[in-house]
Amino acid sequence: MTRDQIKDLILDIIADIDDEADFDTLKSDQPLRDQLDLDSMDFLDIVMELRKRHQLQIPEEDYPELASLDSCVNYLEPLLKDA
Amino acid sequence: MPVSLNNAADQYDAIVIGSGLGGLTTANRLAWCGHKVLLLEFHHQLGGLATWFKRRGHIFDISLHGFPYGMVKTCKKYWNQEIMNSIVQLKDIVFDNPQFSLTTSFDREDFTSILREKFEVPQEVIDRFFSTVAGMNFYDDQTMTTRELFEEFFPGRSDIHRLLMEPITYANGSTLDDPAITYGIVFSNFMNRGVFTFEGGTDTLISMMVAELEKNGVTICTRAKVDRIVIEDGRVCGVEVNGRTISAPSVISNSGITNTIFNLAGRQSFSDEFMARAEAIRVNNSSCQVYIGIREGAAIEYKGDLLFTSTAPEFSSEELLDSHTCSKTFSVYYPKTRPGHDRYTIVASMNSRYEDWTGLERSDYEQKKEELIERTLVDLERYFPGVRDKIDWLEAATPVTFNRYTLHTRGTSFGTKFEGLDVSRSIFKEVPGLFHVGSVGIIMSGWLGAINYGVIVANDVDAYLRSREIH
Repeated sequence: MTRDQIKDLILDIIADIDDEADFDTLKSDQPLRDQLDLDSMDFLDIVMELRKRHQLQIPEEDYPELASLDSCVNYLEPLLKDA
Repeated sequence: MPVSLNNAADQYDAIVIGSGLGGLTTANRLAWCGHKVLLLEFHHQLGGLATWFKRRGHIFDISLHGFPYGMVKTCKKYWNQEIMNSIVQLKDIVFDNPQFSLTTSFDREDFTSILREKFEVPQEVIDRFFSTVAGMNFYDDQTMTTRELFEEFFPGRSDIHRLLMEPITYANGSTLDDPAITYGIVFSNFMNRGVFTFEGGTDTLISMMVAELEKNGVTICTRAKVDRIVIEDGRVCGVEVNGRTISAPSVISNSGITNTIFNLAGRQSFSDEFMARAEAIRVNNSSCQVYIGIREGAAIEYKGDLLFTSTAPEFSSEELLDSHTCSKTFSVYYPKTRPGHDRYTIVASMNSRYEDWTGLERSDYEQKKEELIERTLVDLERYFPGVRDKIDWLEAATPVTFNRYTLHTRGTSFGTKFEGLDVSRSIFKEVPGLFHVGSVGIIMSGWLGAINYGVIVANDVDAYLRSREIH
């Protein structure tokens, strides 16, 4: 997957979690939690969706890597390079 | 409809023992992940403590007293839209005790004005208190108690301590001496938007959940009491139930954590270090309830949905637990609770200790229950004068009753104290394939806590099952 495809994947998962999420003003280097009103359960949903869709196992200690859109892409890029 | 155990297959990906809201949610979430799931419940009715019973046309809810707004999002994400749409607000929460009487919507805005105007607390202190509790999270320092938290912001104000603590004590069994985060997390959840309930009652909710589970392919068996979790070579490989062995690489126990470790898995399955932590778990207190049915055709005036009442001069966790407590909550169910079912019922709840009710002679036990009912009616008459003449059903439940129907250790109605959470969260690291979901650590309790914890545990189980496929 390209970086743009990974970005779309994350936004697609977040749109499923919160159908009122506004992505137009989203700053990709800022924490998702602050901009989109996501709580810790929502981050768990992202983890479960990534496992369901792409068989990715994200250990709990790596959850902070999902903080912003940029950090998600950086973290997932090597893991999804063949997806 | 749940099926007989004879209809269950010999093998599943996951077996869930117990159908409390945590067990139901783990089962549903695992089915959503694509696993083959069996749900086993010993009782003939599903729901665990989220339950109800019928008497003479009345339907009594045991634990539908009010949950935070977070339930809306949780039901939408982990159950379905239909369940979410049935959640409605309880607008009038009443406090009545010798220190103050007031009605509130129990949210931050209303509590702020009450604290400012009625209790004369400076706005700045109120704001600081709210942002402190809202900012509390699981990773914080856990040495501060709720009492210390209250003393820091409202020193010597036993009236404010009562306002802040009393509802949460009834919600999760916590006391002033428990870690402040167990208070802060639950209190903040309520303060977000107020108190909500499920229109249609517990029976409707559980039947909607069963329909969703069946749609997702979960096999549900009632009257199926698991005798043992089968563990071989240190790993889970199934359960023994009603004389049958059913195999599965993962078993999720929604029976209490102490029950799971000591009775279902057995102490030989765990390390000494883990057993030391398990033995240190304190289960929370239990409850007494009195169920009051208003006869068909009679009505009572609207006096609010949830009444926190007490004649004790000050709040004390000990007083609330005493078997002669002067403190109780009345959950009042008007016809709006179950549209179309034109009845009024009232459930009085008190916190209670198992040891105060166990070991009594049958006649003494019955006598003690009669006295409990009588004291409750005297209190109820203060809010609904003449209500005695309208009642056609009266019944009491005690910690012994809770123990009989849920098999919870010492009849606990709020799971375990804080230390139970760590044991529950780490059990699968001790015995691969063994998971626990249920009310632990005070935080993961109540309807919202139990459902969310069900999702957290389902994530662990799914990760475990997927990693087995890869290797």
